[in-house]
Amino acid sequence: MPGTAGRLDGWGHVLKMTGIGKSFLGVRVLTGVDLEASAGQVHAVVGENGAGKSTLMKILAGVHAPDEGKIEIDGRSVAFHHPVEAQRAGVAIIYQELTLLPERTVAENVFLGREPVRRGLVDRAAMESATGELLSSLGEESFGPRDLVRRLSVAQQQVVEIAKALSLNARIVVMDEPTAALADHEVELLYTLVRRLTGRGIAVLYISHRLREIFELADRITVLKDGARVTTAAASSLDTATLIRLMVGRELDSYYPPRATEPPGEVVLSVRGGGNARLHGIDLDLRAGEIVGVAGLQGSGRTELAKALFGAEPFTSGEMTPCRPRSARAGVAAGIGLVTEDRKAEGLLLNQRVRDNALLVARAVRRRQPGIERLLERVRLNPPRPAQEVRLLSGGNQQKVVLAKWMTVAPRVLLFDEPTRGVDVGAKAAIHELMRELAGDGVAILMISSELPELLGMSDRVVVLRDGRIAGELPAGATEEAVMHLAAGS
Amino acid sequence: MRRALPIFVVLAGLLVAIAIANPYFLEPPAFLAFVKRAAPLVILAAGQYFVIVSGEFDLSVGSLVTAEVVIAARLIDGSAAATWPVLGLLIVVGALIGLVNGIVTTLLRVPSFITTLGTLLILSGAVFLWTGGAPRGALSPQFRELGRGSLGPVPWSVLILVAVAAAAIYAMRAGFGHTLVATGDNDRAAALSGVRVARVRTAAFMISGLSAAVAAILLGGFAGVSAQVGQGLEFQAITAVVLGGVALGGGRGSVVAAMAGAFTLEALFTLLNLYGISGALEPAVQGVIIIAAVALGAVNLPRSRAAAAP
Repeated sequence: MPGTAGRLDGWGHVLKMTGIGKSFLGVRVLTGVDLEASAGQVHAVVGENGAGKSTLMKILAGVHAPDEGKIEIDGRSVAFHHPVEAQRAGVAIIYQELTLLPERTVAENVFLGREPVRRGLVDRAAMESATGELLSSLGEESFGPRDLVRRLSVAQQQVVEIAKALSLNARIVVMDEPTAALADHEVELLYTLVRRLTGRGIAVLYISHRLREIFELADRITVLKDGARVTTAAASSLDTATLIRLMVGRELDSYYPPRATEPPGEVVLSVRGGGNARLHGIDLDLRAGEIVGVAGLQGSGRTELAKALFGAEPFTSGEMTPCRPRSARAGVAAGIGLVTEDRKAEGLLLNQRVRDNALLVARAVRRRQPGIERLLERVRLNPPRPAQEVRLLSGGNQQKVVLAKWMTVAPRVLLFDEPTRGVDVGAKAAIHELMRELAGDGVAILMISSELPELLGMSDRVVVLRDGRIAGELPAGATEEAVMHLAAGS
Repeated sequence: MRRALPIFVVLAGLLVAIAIANPYFLEPPAFLAFVKRAAPLVILAAGQYFVIVSGEFDLSVGSLVTAEVVIAARLIDGSAAATWPVLGLLIVVGALIGLVNGIVTTLLRVPSFITTLGTLLILSGAVFLWTGGAPRGALSPQFRELGRGSLGPVPWSVLILVAVAAAAIYAMRAGFGHTLVATGDNDRAAALSGVRVARVRTAAFMISGLSAAVAAILLGGFAGVSAQVGQGLEFQAITAVVLGGVALGGGRGSVVAAMAGAFTLEALFTLLNLYGISGALEPAVQGVIIIAAVALGAVNLPRSRAAAAP
């Protein structure tokens, strides 16, 4: 169990990463990070979204090469140029999105690319018996080597991933948010599985937002913030409050446009008891002129909430006024706009010109097409050239085009899902100002953001989601700690 | 327009080459005869363009043309009085087949390649069954006038072509055309912006079916009744559209360039014919063209993608 003295002194460091630094396109994401992992221990890596956890793990997995620093495994210096090299060195990563082939059997997935061969043919029997042994060593009896992966639950698929890691003789297993997609009773099973791994002397690196799990499992905890290591400490020496403070404790250094001085106007959109497959009992009012922030961990239903309000993935139960849209088109007709999280996949026509993108919504609903030159200036498109193809624009300018697209139809409600993701600082400030301006014109705004400083800096109040429900609401001026407490359910 | 320019250069080059081999080619009667010959393919290419730019394919147009001509011959059976009602019926049948293609593709989510391949086989099977291999009946002189005859010096088919081209260009400039291209570029983004993606795509299939009906009326008049009249036209139309620089997968290219692609293909066949190269080579030439055109488009893509990186 966590903190047991015998374990801490057990087998020594398997992994030692020192001074790891990494930049993407001139943006520094990791600076001088140290991380060790010991055989038979669970080492948790925690931090806010964007703290650098994923990048660090991708460096360990050979997906990215570090700019600085070195990695040692069993005291030998290694440099991975390809994920396969990391795999051979004994590093296995269980990603959030599982990477199994759904139409293949469990055994075929475990031995993918390394199928045992006898007389030129794949030796299915050997493959299946080896897989069967791995599964039973993990205490897994609910499915067998011949089952198709597509028929397994997410939790069962994780077991397959782990069996695969074991068959590769992994010494270090990284688990990236393994419980994000699990039901409560499955989480317990995962704990057992993790303990079986450490029992075999495997070093587990455990990435999670969920503090309860971390205290349940981890022997040691490393906190990352803004790409640097804040601390590494024995789990027994920390408590939830301290950990949250270490994760978020930072000065509010950015400038956000001032909030409205007048009280918000009338309610323009209201939901009572809204629910669908991912959301439950949503009660929410959006008022003219108000910016409502939505916080929550990954998988808490933030994007689903925006899409339900908009109508793209509609509520299937509950009341909504003025109407409950059942399609994106119905949402648009009801005066709702959605700035999607994934601009390129869901927001833009990349091969078309700025003009055609900006006029897309107006044309779709046969609204009068406004002159767009003034609009492009208003969204601060820089330079405001309507004939430019959108794929050639920067992320910030692309987002401004998405905004222009919605402003052509003057919606009464605008839903922003991660409006400044992948946007440079200047464009970010411009988008923030524009959001405030729109609110000032009487638009009701809902804003989802993983960046707590942004969320708290912009919102008039913050709604926190957890597991598809509203966990609570906080007024403007709430602290990041308060949001995290609600979001993590601690 | 920038992207469409190469096809006009190629077309002009081919026309000059034909004119060198046959100096009379650029004089009005010969040139109008060329346009008249090209008209059915140009109209089919315009229809095919709507489907391709929306991100789909229509392989059914060739056998639809055959079916239309065979139906016309059987129902008209030489009677002048039946001509106009049957012409109306042909238009309705064309639109209806397009509607079925569209509904199966968008609502049943069968990939259009399969949907329209199925329609192709069903139509050609039905024609064979109905005719027993040799079409019965005959087209009336009034019907054939549209494909053969002319108004003064200008063939009817050229006038019909001009009208079709004008309608196609108008449709692409109207809101419909813009939402169609938007759908082909990114149907997810289009749907989330309020575009009725299924309806727009179905309309494109209906336009393609209509264009096949018009092409059938011209071809029936021009070439007469046979069970092979539409054979291979779907591939000629797709080749023409691709040659015009329209991206397979949708979202890029203009209808004018697609029609220019059809003229180019027809000019190339004319040139081969002038130099005494066997018409049997036409499919092979077409095969080379379609692969080369798509490959060139694909080669150009990575460069533009690289520029798009943030």
